[in-house]
Amino acid sequence: MATRTFIEAIREGLREEMRRDASTIVLGEDVGVKGGVFLATDGLFAEFGEERVIDTPLTESLIVGASIGAAVNGLRPIAEIQFADFILPAFNQIVSEAARMRYRSNNAFGCPITIRAPFGGGVHGALYHSQSMEAFFTHVPGLKVVVPSTPYDAKGLLRSAIRDEDPVLFFEHKKMYRSVRGDVPDGEYTVPLGQAAVTRAGSQVTVIAYGLMAHYALAAADRVDEDGISVEVIDIRTLRPLDRRTILDSVRKTGKCLVVYEDNKFGGYGAEIAAIVAEEAFDYLDGPVMRAAGPDVPGVPYNHVLEDWFMLDPERIAEAIRTLAAY
Amino acid sequence: MTTTTTSETGGPAGSLARSLGLTDEDLVAMYRRLALARAIDERMWVLNRAGRVPFVISGQGHEGAQVGIVSNLRPGFDWLVPFYRSVAGVLTFGMSAREIMLAQYAKAPDPSSGGRQMPGHYGSAAHNILSTSSPVATQLLHAVGIGLAARIRRTGQVVVTALGEGASNQGDFHEGLNFAGLHHLPVVTVIENNGWAISVPAAKQAPIVDFAERAAGYGMPGVVVDGADVIGCWRVGHEAVERARRGEGPTLIEAKVTRLTAHSSDDQQTKYRTAEELERERLRDPLPCFREQLLEASVLTPEGVAAIATEIAAEVNDATEWAEQQPDPTVASATWYVYAEDRP
Repeated sequence: MATRTFIEAIREGLREEMRRDASTIVLGEDVGVKGGVFLATDGLFAEFGEERVIDTPLTESLIVGASIGAAVNGLRPIAEIQFADFILPAFNQIVSEAARMRYRSNNAFGCPITIRAPFGGGVHGALYHSQSMEAFFTHVPGLKVVVPSTPYDAKGLLRSAIRDEDPVLFFEHKKMYRSVRGDVPDGEYTVPLGQAAVTRAGSQVTVIAYGLMAHYALAAADRVDEDGISVEVIDIRTLRPLDRRTILDSVRKTGKCLVVYEDNKFGGYGAEIAAIVAEEAFDYLDGPVMRAAGPDVPGVPYNHVLEDWFMLDPERIAEAIRTLAAY
Repeated sequence: MTTTTTSETGGPAGSLARSLGLTDEDLVAMYRRLALARAIDERMWVLNRAGRVPFVISGQGHEGAQVGIVSNLRPGFDWLVPFYRSVAGVLTFGMSAREIMLAQYAKAPDPSSGGRQMPGHYGSAAHNILSTSSPVATQLLHAVGIGLAARIRRTGQVVVTALGEGASNQGDFHEGLNFAGLHHLPVVTVIENNGWAISVPAAKQAPIVDFAERAAGYGMPGVVVDGADVIGCWRVGHEAVERARRGEGPTLIEAKVTRLTAHSSDDQQTKYRTAEELERERLRDPLPCFREQLLEASVLTPEGVAAIATEIAAEVNDATEWAEQQPDPTVASATWYVYAEDRP
């Protein structure tokens, strides 16, 4: 067992999968000699060479579109979009092509690609280096969407994503790259897609989160514990396919549900969880399904006063828990 | 680097073809594919107008370029990444009349999509024909990726992809050609320029007449060829495919074709094309052009033409009747294959 930062775990996962499977390639902007702007691919170019670690032109649609074609012809591409904010030029390739390839060909063709993209705010990245993009993609049948929150999960889920036969979007919260550390086993292991984790057991309120918010939710649970509120925290880890059972089992036990997400509140991914809980656990609820989420402005503003205003933090989540617990 | 291939086949087709290494049998086989594609396409319209199928998107006028160029690929080994007018292209690369009609009727055994997509969105895993979507030019990037994989895996495969001149204004076209040129990928891109993006003429689409000029920005040869000159199309296709096979990189071919029908069965083209233009365009129909050429060169006889027509009529009748009798997909199957899953 070794301690790794979030980004070290991702880098190890990439390297080990590339060693294991010669059909894997990495492609994206600056992923080669530079090793990526966050150094997620550092060292891969030296080990695997320019044929398998490809610095592309600044062409996000090409990064995804060529990955689709390469996957059809026997490779297993791992594409990097430098910031999730810049994934939109590839939206058509992801939604119209990658997501539908299997369905539209009636299973004649598949699309085993992984698209990694750093997302999230709190890093002075402003409007175009801070966004949460997951809701655009979780809406789309045919895509899988993963948001890990620990080094262990990042490595294990990344392995599963690369080995998956369908397109997987793998969103990595960039604020966690170097600030989050954790134990990672030495041997090969995977974390299956589609399984949530109960990261703290509790009895009175269920808090559901992912990414950086999974950490903040735990911190908030500690705070309200001092007020005598027992919180169960679920890190859903895979947004699509969603592990409904773990969520519903918990809410049926606690009777209260708070969904936490960093993205804009309106139409965000957490709204879907709220709807599922309302539909399927209504009889067990002892209060409204609530959401703690980002404000509805078009992006995270740059100035630190404004950015702090935008970002959820453990105290705001704790306040929401207290409000819900009071029902 | 743009070159124009003018029709040098006005003379005896047989001698030119032989100088290119094509036998009379090759020429007759190409003629047969072209005529079959046309007959199937015409049948689609009949079925549509009779209310039997809801939609047709047509390749009429494009078949000469498709047959000429795609004939240079190795079936079952190379790749074809088609678009929705590639009826003749997919027939040339191995799909059958029955398979085309299965797509037209959207039946369960349809290899393109099992009846999930509109007709014209061809694909066949068995023949290395990639599934087609409706957004235009997206397939360029898939062809580039297939070429990239062929390079990395050292398979020796060549990819041909096709699109209209309208689609060549999309960003994916430019991103794809740029990358293919940069990495000398074995990708042959064919712009089938029929002069119209539904109702918008080429003159309103781009500030150039020859779309092949765009190749210059991407470090590859750009070649213009008359799409009614099937042997000329075969020749430029042969040069491009062999160049790609040798590892020398991609080529952009612009085939000047004609669109003999409306954009689709839901389009009324007389609103934007005059009767005179439509009449004039008939002269650019590759089917009679090729037929006359082969008759003049005595590669075909009038009796041979008639015999082929009879065979094709029987084949199209068989395909139509057979496909119509195939089962529709079941409602239960509508949720299958959103993701990978094992099914018998």
